[in-house]
Formats: sequence, structure tokens, C-alpha cells
Amino acid sequence: MSTMSDPTQPVFRLSMLVNDTRYRGITFQIIAFFAIVFLFGWMAWNATQNLAALGQNISYGFLGEGAGYDINQKLIPYASTDTHLRAAFVGILNTLLVAFLGCITATIIGVTVGVLRLSNNWLVAKLMSGYVEIFRNVPVLIWILIIFSVMSNALPAPSAFRGENATASMVMDAFAFTNRGVYIPRPVWEPGSWMVVTVFFLSIVGIFALRRYAVKLLFDTGREIPVLKLSLAIFFVPTLLVYFLTGMPISLAYPSLQGFNFQGGIQIFGSLIGLWFALALYTGAFIAENVRGGIMSVSKGQTEAAAALGMRPGRIMRLVILPQALRVIIPPLISQYLNLTKNSSLAAAVGYMDITGTLGGITLNQTGRSFEAILLLMLFYLIISLSIAGVMNIYNNAIKLKER
Amino acid sequence: MKKTVFLGALAIAGVAGVMASAQTLDDVKARGALNCGISTGLVGFASQDANGEWQGFDVAVCRAVAAAVLGDASAVDFTPTTNQVRFEVLNSGEIDMLARNTTWTFSRDVDLKLEFAGVNYYDGQGFMVPAALGVTSAKELDGATVCIQAGTTTELNLADFFRINNMSYQPVPISTASEAQQQYLAGSCDVYTTDASGLAATRAAFEDPSGHIILPEIISKEPLGPLVRHGDNEWGDVVRWTLNALIAAEELGVTSANIEELAAGTDNPEINRLLGSEGSLGEMLGVSADWAKNAIAANGNYGEIFERYIGQNTPIGLARGLNAQWTEGGLLYAPPFR
Amino acid sequence: MSGSAPKIQAFVRHDTLPSVAPPVSETGAVKWLRENLFSSVGNSIMTLLAAYCLYALISAIVPWVFNGVWRADSIRDCREVLDGAVGGCFAVIAERWPQLVFGNYPSEHYGRAVIAFLMLFVALAPILFIELPRKMLWFTGLFPFIAYWLIWGGTLWLPILALVGVVAGFAAFRALETKSFFGALIAGLVVTLAFWLFLAGPLSTGLSSVVPLTLERVESREIGGFMINFILGTSCIALSLPLGIALALGRQSNLPIIKMICVMFIEFIRGVPLITLLFVASVMLAYFLPPGTNFDLILRVIIMITLFASAYMAEAIRGGLAALPKGQYEAGDSLGLDYWQSMRLIILPQALKIAIPSIVNIAISLFKDTTLVSIISMFDMLGMIKGPILSSTDWFGVYWELYVFAALLFFVFTFGISKYSQYLERKLATDHR
Repeated sequence: MSTMSDPTQPVFRLSMLVNDTRYRGITFQIIAFFAIVFLFGWMAWNATQNLAALGQNISYGFLGEGAGYDINQKLIPYASTDTHLRAAFVGILNTLLVAFLGCITATIIGVTVGVLRLSNNWLVAKLMSGYVEIFRNVPVLIWILIIFSVMSNALPAPSAFRGENATASMVMDAFAFTNRGVYIPRPVWEPGSWMVVTVFFLSIVGIFALRRYAVKLLFDTGREIPVLKLSLAIFFVPTLLVYFLTGMPISLAYPSLQGFNFQGGIQIFGSLIGLWFALALYTGAFIAENVRGGIMSVSKGQTEAAAALGMRPGRIMRLVILPQALRVIIPPLISQYLNLTKNSSLAAAVGYMDITGTLGGITLNQTGRSFEAILLLMLFYLIISLSIAGVMNIYNNAIKLKER
Repeated sequence: MKKTVFLGALAIAGVAGVMASAQTLDDVKARGALNCGISTGLVGFASQDANGEWQGFDVAVCRAVAAAVLGDASAVDFTPTTNQVRFEVLNSGEIDMLARNTTWTFSRDVDLKLEFAGVNYYDGQGFMVPAALGVTSAKELDGATVCIQAGTTTELNLADFFRINNMSYQPVPISTASEAQQQYLAGSCDVYTTDASGLAATRAAFEDPSGHIILPEIISKEPLGPLVRHGDNEWGDVVRWTLNALIAAEELGVTSANIEELAAGTDNPEINRLLGSEGSLGEMLGVSADWAKNAIAANGNYGEIFERYIGQNTPIGLARGLNAQWTEGGLLYAPPFR
Repeated sequence: MSGSAPKIQAFVRHDTLPSVAPPVSETGAVKWLRENLFSSVGNSIMTLLAAYCLYALISAIVPWVFNGVWRADSIRDCREVLDGAVGGCFAVIAERWPQLVFGNYPSEHYGRAVIAFLMLFVALAPILFIELPRKMLWFTGLFPFIAYWLIWGGTLWLPILALVGVVAGFAAFRALETKSFFGALIAGLVVTLAFWLFLAGPLSTGLSSVVPLTLERVESREIGGFMINFILGTSCIALSLPLGIALALGRQSNLPIIKMICVMFIEFIRGVPLITLLFVASVMLAYFLPPGTNFDLILRVIIMITLFASAYMAEAIRGGLAALPKGQYEAGDSLGLDYWQSMRLIILPQALKIAIPSIVNIAISLFKDTTLVSIISMFDMLGMIKGPILSSTDWFGVYWELYVFAALLFFVFTFGISKYSQYLERKLATDHR
């Protein structure tokens, strides 16, 4: 235990390494450090021995080989002749997509439900707490399976849209809700469309500027301007004007039933919708609890003070309660986002091709490189989690600072 | 609080240390049980009845090997494995052999260092479509949505088939056969593709089997067989020749009904060598002289196993097809026992 | 005053009026309805919307449940009985009930599992309810050993010797405790482990050859169904708590290397999904052990889930530690207590109390997460459904019934735990006042 001694200090005794608080910490740390190093070394040595015995090696060369399989939902061009690495990237983007959509939807659901649960309306409050309890207390994997089953059994198949006596029809001839997914019109960009898009974004910037100006005006002079009407005007008028002036460069391609499937529109896949809603509803129930806790942590005096100032209930919530509640809500919200992202790895249960489905699923199976694939998989999730946590911590700190 | 689980398993770990190297046969004998990896559930090939007993075509192979080595067809511990983990479970020594409708391919044999002991079912990938769709050939499937079982060679074959024929499709990967069936029936996909045997099994379980047709095209070769770890040739031989014994038994007319009678000795020297009343094949293999007799008596010969689990009289109702004996136009051809 | 009373005819009522019934709108159901459901236009709209949602849900579910078929041999039978009507095929639950609950556990030994299950509640009771006599904790201490013996069977000597190992470790700890708490803790652990590794095996074989005391052995792979969710849940929660405390203390410690190791471990575990850790347990762990060793799959999974849960426990406990006022730490120092004394006597009891609600939440999510083992081909409740039941020729085609049943079973237990946690929160809240 104690092989290190220092002969230049005669007062130093070996027993001091354990008994003297000045040295004990260092001794323990060194022991712990070497124990960890030894443990990892031992595991690595075992791994090399085992792999050698099986005649296998660790090699990431398979990532450069042709994948050979197709993926239905791809955000970047991909064909079965591309490499496993590209397939992994398709999977990464799909993971990020479902995590992003899920986080946003879960937040909306969570905030709405959390607020409604505190509502005076008995029926609504009970319904919301029923939702929260049911979703919180059943494993997410079961929810994913159930919601995906609902998706694929409750909505009509594309064949139901076919023929003279079709049992299903498209909504406004533009949207088709099928059990393979939802088809929506796809915008077709023609030359000149960039002008419309630019004007559109400029008008959004304009709306933000207007709101700032309105607040400033209110604070400085006490004068109010009709922000909502003006915003709507800025939102629609310039864009539409440019759109018609440039000769309608953007048109919509409507989905239509051709052959086996709807063609022409954008397809939002059923597996994405199933996973997305299952994750959003599940995580939303947790967020609702966080939101409720956050709102309840703001003392009632705040509400009463705001009411005494003559504020309307909506404004009290928006301007007084929520900003204070947010400080309590944000930290658990971050971990819910992280949980949702990690739970998206259950995508395989519904055949959604996320990173676990491509790299950790088909690629792993086809190449048999489970060791390498799982390591890469863990690395990916680690990076994602750490960066979400990092970004949200920065935001969290920014919010905290206002307190002082 | 539950330290015991840890302790108990430590004790187990101490006792059940598996040498993942060259003496699998000795290990199995010492253990008194065969560890066999099977599917988590595939109708006809491996499924569990209400009593928890495993039944099926692949399961029968495990039982035959257990009977050959240990003389007891029930001395098998089944380890259900998924597509993802099957090879790792075999390589880590957790199981002695894998009988899990696994396709014999070059890369699995060479790159993954596995050893296929033979073929117990010659399969090929096919397509099933609802009859109402009016499709009669796989060449008409351009633009279709296709349900596939994830993690199998079918995904690669499918991609190849559509690419070669210059058609487009949308894959819907599903993790288990039962979920794939649900998706297909709900109309989430137009086509269901898997091995032809699986298609037949799936169709058999439908409410209205006649509403679905299996297209004539078979787009791949899927030789399914049991496999063992690379580098243990003695054990590989045991599994290979047990399978061959089942096939040869059918060819020679040895059935579970007449085996006792034939084992006493016959005029046919090959039957005698097979059943151990002549020669010392069992000794060469490192098992008892009546190894093949035990293996055949366990579930019957290949033909009997086939008929019991997946044959015409079962709900799955597969014809022998390629899996008939070579004498009857099939591919089953056991090397001679001498 | 009274002398100069003016002559005003005062009206004094001598008898009380009979009380008039309050207006209809202010009583009973009507008042309640007005106040709680129709207090404003917006509220009324919300009420109607909610009522419609409720109606839609009920009208979808009720016929399905009440038309359900409970007695049938296969899904084909079910379809015949239903004859096209909407209804669930619950017969599958009735027929496969033992498999759903016990997996492939030998049916003649179901009693053993049930006894262990009932004993669990007796063992948990003194932990959950502080009012119960403290003597019951002795049973809690013994329970893991009894439960192991009941469920896995084999010789009783193994759990007894395991217990002896723990007692020996505890004795070593007590003997050295006065010298150094931490050293004693390590010594105790070393003694226990050494006893288990080197003495328990040979001794139990020796003793059982003299006095057998055996139950029939049940292999790990035969254990399945909801039982495995329960075993994994309880054992991982129990094991992860001490590990979590150690990690939390390590993370708060002022020894940089220890702190770094703990932070890296916690952040790594919290950064990856449980499913990848389970892949590691099922696929990779065997590579990291010396050639030839092979762990039981249940044990590997328990190790991985315990590591996973301990990282979350550590964060919950760290929250408790951070919430304690600094004065508490300083009070410990000023009393001349060393690190371990102040932790054990002052800091941890308070920090753990603060952390209890989050610990319970972690326990709930851990219990739910045990369903993920179905993905690595363990036949837990969900694995049993997805594997053997749905792929049997009889029940190929039933889904909802089984998933809803599984959801219901989990709901009962997790809802129970969450109600308990709320009870605990209330109880602790009154303590503060």
C-alpha cells in the first residue's frame, strides 16, 4: 500500500500516509487512480485476449464499405450503394429530427397540461391529472408500441382512397392521413422564389422590431399601439405583394394517389409520427409536473399583487408567474429533454431508422461488428447529451443572472 | 440489500466457467446439458407452448444434437437470441450452437469466424401481397411500400432486387414477425417480404389466407443452418453429422417408429453403421455408439421433423420443395456414412 | 343611558325567521357545476371539449372491454365468438397468465416465487413506514438471502454462508471502526468479498453434502415475465443506493482525482441511453472478462442497470447535499468530527431526507426501464409478449390486449409507489414546520 517514502524528511513516517490527514487524501487518490488504471488495463487486456482467441480484430474499416440496405426516411441523399458511414449519418439526422420535434411538442403539451391542471375547471383539471398519471406510470416502450399500433390501425391505408367508392378522402385535397404517414403538399421553388423568401424573413425581423418598439413606446410615453394587427399586416402584406409581383414563383405540388402510394407531396412517415407522439406525450407528462411544481413555487402573493395592479389573468400568467416559475422549471426541463433524446433510441421498436436502427441495428447485423458499432453508438449519444446539457446550462445561467 | 444475487451468480460464474475454445464436446458432456441458441419466436421454427416447452423445426435440431451427445433429447437449455446478439452470444461461449434460421453467407463464415454445420432448410426470399392489389409478379412492385424484418439478409436482397430491376420502393423495417404481420394487415405496407417459409407461416395465421398471394419470384438463396464457433472442429463435426444423420435416416427409411427394430441389425450395412450396430463411427466422433439412433429417436428423421412442425398438415403447410431428398428432386444430400 | 331613552318604538324581533332555502344557483350540484365547470364562457367551452374527449375515449374503450372474450383456445376461436363485433380477445391473458407473470419458471414452484413476493412487502414495510417496530428491520436484512434461496433454489448453505460473510465483514468493520471509519469500511468489504470468493463455495458444497437443505434449482433463464421486472427493479434500486451515495460524496469531495473519476463516471452513464448499456451487458461484457468466465445474463443486466441507476441516484443525493446550508458542514467541523463522522452523523441523514422524493422518482423510472431488457432477448413481461406469445400459432395476431394488460400491471405498481412518495413528501413537509 505504501511503497513511497521520502528519505529526506526524517520526521516523515510511513504510517502518516494513512493516519495524517495531510497525506491521507493523496494516498487514497493515488490508490484509486492506480486501481482505475489497473481495472481498465485488465479489461483491455482481456478484450485483446478474447478477440485473439476468436480470431477477430477491432477495425472500423466496415464504415467505408457499401451498406447495401435502403432507408425509408432520409434527410440527406442516400442509396443502398452508399457506405455504412453515410447510413450512420442518415440515422444521426433522423435521431436529431425526432428528438427536436419531440422536445418542442413535449414542451407545448407539458406547459399546456401543467397550466390546465391548476385550472379552476374541475373536469379539465381531473382530465389532465388523469393524463399525467397514466403516461407517467407506464413504461415508455409500451407507450411507443401502443401509440404506433393506434397509428397503423386507426388511420386508413392508402388503398382506402382508391376507386369509386373510396372509404377515405383527402382533407382539402391537399393532406392525406394514411397509416403509412401523413402526406402534405410540397412547395416547388421556381426562379424568383428567393425574393419572396427574403421578404418573408425580413418581415419576420420587422415584426420583432415592431414589438420592441411598442414596448419602448409603452414604457417611455405610456402610449399603446395595436401590436397584433400591425404584426399581422407586416406578416402577410409584403410577402404576398412580392409573391404576386414576381409572378407567383412558388407553387404547391399536391400529393396524389399513384400506383401503390401517394406521390408528389412530402411524406411524414408513420414510424416518425408514432415515435414522435409517444415520446412527446410521455415526456410531456413529466414536463407538466415540472411546470405545475414551478408555478406552485411562485407564492400566491405574486398573483394577488398582479391582480391588484389590474392585470388580466392571461397577463398575470405570462408576465408575472411564468418568468419566475421558469427558474424552477428549466433545470428539470433540461433533463427531460435529455431523457427524450435518449429514449428516442427505442425507435427500433417501431422501425424508425434512427442511429440505433442504422448503425446499431442493420449495420451491426450485416457486418457483425457489434463491438465497434456499440462503441460508436455510445460516443454519439454521449456527445449529444453533453452538448444539450452544455447549451441548456448556458441558458440556465443566463436566466439565473437576472435574479440578482 | 440484494447482495445474494451477486453472490449466487459469483458462485455460478465460478462453476460454470466456459472454455470458449476447443473442447466444447467435453464441456457439454461434463455439464450434462447442451446450451442451444434459438430464435425468440418464429412460428414453426421455434415457439413456446403454454407450458413453456420450446417446439419447432430449429428446436428439433438442438434436441437431436443433445440426444446424440448426451443420450437425452431433453437435456437442452435454450437461450432465445435476437438478430442483434446471436453471433456474440455464440462467440462469448454462452451457447454451444446456434440453430436460429441463420443464412449461411461468405462473410459470416469467413469474416465473422463462424462455422456452419450444414443446411437444415433451403429457403429463399419471396413476396406476399393482398390478392385485392391485383399484382401477379414482383416486377410490378415499382413504388411499393415493403415490410421487412430488420437485421436479416432480406434487407440486402431486397435492395439488390429493386436496384437490378430499376424500381423504387419504400422499406418499412419491423423488428419481429408478429409486428410485421400487424403492419401488413393494417395496410401500412403493400408487400411483406421474408423467407418463403416465413411467408407461408404468416399467411397460415391470417383470418383469410386466400386473400393474400405469395408471388412466384424467389429473389435470393437462403440456406439456413445450425452453426458453431470457428476453431473447434470436433464439435463442428458432431453438429454436422447429427444433422446429416437425420437426413440420411430419411433417405434410408429409418423412422422413429422402426428405429428400435432396425437398430438390432439389418441387411443394409449403411443403416448398421449409422445406427451403431456395425463399425465405430460414434467412437470416431467422440460420442457413444448409438449416437445417431438417439438423435433420430428424439424427434424422428428429417422428414418426420419437417412434417410435424412445418409440413403440409400443420397450419404452416409448407411443401417439401427444395427440401426433399435428392432422390426426389430436392437438395438434401447427406454424405455417406462410412 | 337608559334613563334618557327616546320614545322611539324599537322593533325587536324575538323569534328567528325560518331560514329560506338558498337560491337554486347557489346550492348543491348546480352551484358546484357553476363554480367548477361553467364559471365563464371560456371555461364552459373547455368543459364541453373535455366532456367530448372523455365521451370519445369511453365510447371507444367500453365496448371493446365489455364485449371481450375471456374463454377461447386461440385467436381463431376468439374471432368466431366475436363474429365481427368489436371486442378484445382477453382469453390470451387468461391462458398465458402464468407465462406473463412467471415466464418459464417451473409451474410446480410458483409457490416459492409467490412467497418471496409476499415476503418482499413484509421486508419493505419497516423501510417505508417509520411507525412500524424497528425490530422488523432484522427481517429486511435477512430477506435478500431468503428470497434468493426461494427463487433460485439450490442449497440453503450458500445464502447462509453469504450472510455469514456479511456478518464477518460487519464484525471486521466494528473492530476497526474506532481507528478509521473509511478504513474499516474497506476492510469490511474486503473480508466479505474474500469470504464469498474463497470460503463460501467450498464450505457450502461441504456442508450441503452433510446436511443437504436444498430446494430444486431453477436456472436464471427460466425466470421471466413480470417476475424478472420485479427482481431487476428491487435489486437494482437497493444496490444502486449505496453506490449512488458513494458517487455523490466522491463528486462533492475535495480530492481532485476522486472527484474527476466520479464526475466522469456519472456524466458518462447519464449521457448514454440505457439500451446501449444493455447491449454492452449482453454483447460486450463477456469480452472484458478473463477468457473462460461467463456470467449469468441476469447478473450482467443487474450490474449494468445498477451502474446506470447509481449515476442518477448520485445526482439526486448531490442535490440533497447541495441543498444543505453550509452551516451544517461547518458545525460538523467545529465539533471536531472527521469527514466520515460528520457525513454519517450530520450531513447524510439530512441530505437523504431532502433527496427522498427524487430518489423515489428514480426508483419508479428504473422499474419502468426494466422493460428494456426485452430488447436484448430477455423474456421479461414485454419480451414474453413480443416473443413466445405473439409468435405461437394460437395467438399470432393479438396485440392490444397484451400491451394494455402490461401497461395496467405496471401502472398499478408505479402508481402505488408514486402515491407513497406523495405521502412521504407530505409527512416530511410537516416535519419542517
